[in-house]
Amino acid sequence: MSTAAATPLQPETAPETVVEFKDVWKRYGNKEILAGVNLKINRGEVLCVLGPSGTGKSVTIRHINGLTQPDEGDVFVFGKSVVGLTEEQLTPVRQRTAMLFQGGALFDSMNVEQNIAFPVVEHTDKPPEEVTRIVAEKLGMVGLPGIQKKMPSELSGGMRKRVALARSIALEPEIILYDEPTTGLDPVSSEKIAQLIKDLNIRLKITSVVVTHDVVMARTVADRVAFLHQGRFQFVGTFSAAARSTQPILQDYFRAMGFPCGTGMVPVVREN
Amino acid sequence: MTAPQPSATTVFYRNIRWLRFVDRFGRKGQTTLEYIGYLAELAGQVFVGVVTRPFYRLELLKQLDEIGVKSVSITGITAFSTGMVLALQTAYSLSAFGGKLFVGRVVALSLVRELGPVLTALMVGGRVGSGITAELGSMTVTEQVDALRSMAISPERRLVVPRVLATVFMMPVLTALADLLGILGGLGIAITELQMTVQDYLGSIWQQLQISDIMSGLGKTFFFGFEIAVIGCANGLRVEGGAASVGVATTRTVVLASICVLVSDFFLTKLFLAI
Repeated sequence: MSTAAATPLQPETAPETVVEFKDVWKRYGNKEILAGVNLKINRGEVLCVLGPSGTGKSVTIRHINGLTQPDEGDVFVFGKSVVGLTEEQLTPVRQRTAMLFQGGALFDSMNVEQNIAFPVVEHTDKPPEEVTRIVAEKLGMVGLPGIQKKMPSELSGGMRKRVALARSIALEPEIILYDEPTTGLDPVSSEKIAQLIKDLNIRLKITSVVVTHDVVMARTVADRVAFLHQGRFQFVGTFSAAARSTQPILQDYFRAMGFPCGTGMVPVVREN
Repeated sequence: MTAPQPSATTVFYRNIRWLRFVDRFGRKGQTTLEYIGYLAELAGQVFVGVVTRPFYRLELLKQLDEIGVKSVSITGITAFSTGMVLALQTAYSLSAFGGKLFVGRVVALSLVRELGPVLTALMVGGRVGSGITAELGSMTVTEQVDALRSMAISPERRLVVPRVLATVFMMPVLTALADLLGILGGLGIAITELQMTVQDYLGSIWQQLQISDIMSGLGKTFFFGFEIAVIGCANGLRVEGGAASVGVATTRTVVLASICVLVSDFFLTKLFLAI
């Protein structure tokens, strides 16, 4: 019998931090991309990283699964530092995280079924029937049942991203990193992807870190937004707080995205 | 009358020019050393990948077909025509001395010891090396390589090791086939143009050709295969940017693989002669 069932009322505890950036610096050549980034990401939340293009949003999330290493500072994932680890030492972290790349990054030489089955076959000993069932289940979750035999080249941009999302959740990760999931998609496909991100967060309790400059999507999915500018997070908080912010840089950004804020012209947004 | 002294500004700019030259030279040297270091690191990872799990047998079989079987025609045609040309040229050169009977042994020795391995390596370097770079390069720019890493799968083990192994395994096979076809090409010319008999041609080869000739020729091809595949993979995985960078990397692979084959051929020939 579980102890949770025996205690009807649990005191509210602080959310568990699954990712923490501590004074992270990153330079490419002479260009400073991250200049002392500090951020905590809580288990089960959807955090959207907003900011103008070229500010290092993607670079930031690539630190979480060790695809990029910081020049200075530390990144903790599930309480352990991922800085300076070898590819093999990063394996446990990478098996618990997944990443959705900007273009989907589906393997061209494999069909949809093989793409989704790939991480399952590589990391588990599941029998072929079970793998087939998992593929069908994940495709169903992203709303694309029955396309197992199609090649990536036969899919539209939106379908590719949804198949890539199905591949990302094949191993049921605890964290998914989304790199510009709606870039290049039409509004309807963007809306579907945004809905999927929220659904997966609610149904599978997956922590999601979404890099985007799509403010509409951030409004739909984000529990919190973090605004990156000039190598640092200038704002971390709820979307409605960001939209009401009086910081000039945030006001300029939201105004440019069609969301005038801080001036009493804030559009109706969902309170988190 | 003495020449006027250059002004302080002129001297300053002259020194700046020199400093820029030294800086550029230094940067180029650093890039080259980094590249050589990366090649060595990748070669080391291949050795580790060959002896430790996981093994990707299906991928290896696919690459054996892609790299080996599909290169048969190009290497075969090259060797066959080279054998024919060699027979014609040898007969032309030796006819003044009445040495037409030596055509078989000259063709066979040249092909088995040198031309077979080198021409096959150059052909494979062009076809396979560039193919590997283009494939891995496009996987790199479309983030498929990063996708592998993010899934805790080593691209070096999954992509590089099978390609290097397949090239190393298939190079001697392709070379042996090229040797055979080259000798057959020479036989065709010997019969049709030089009015020699099959027995004369093959008999002179049989008398002259030693096992050591064949082994030294085939022995070199393992090294050639390794060089071509490692260079092809390294250039593919180091691509940065877009499609244009893939094209540049592909060209670089063909050039570098060809140079490496030709330069290492000299040292390998010396090595095998000493053994």
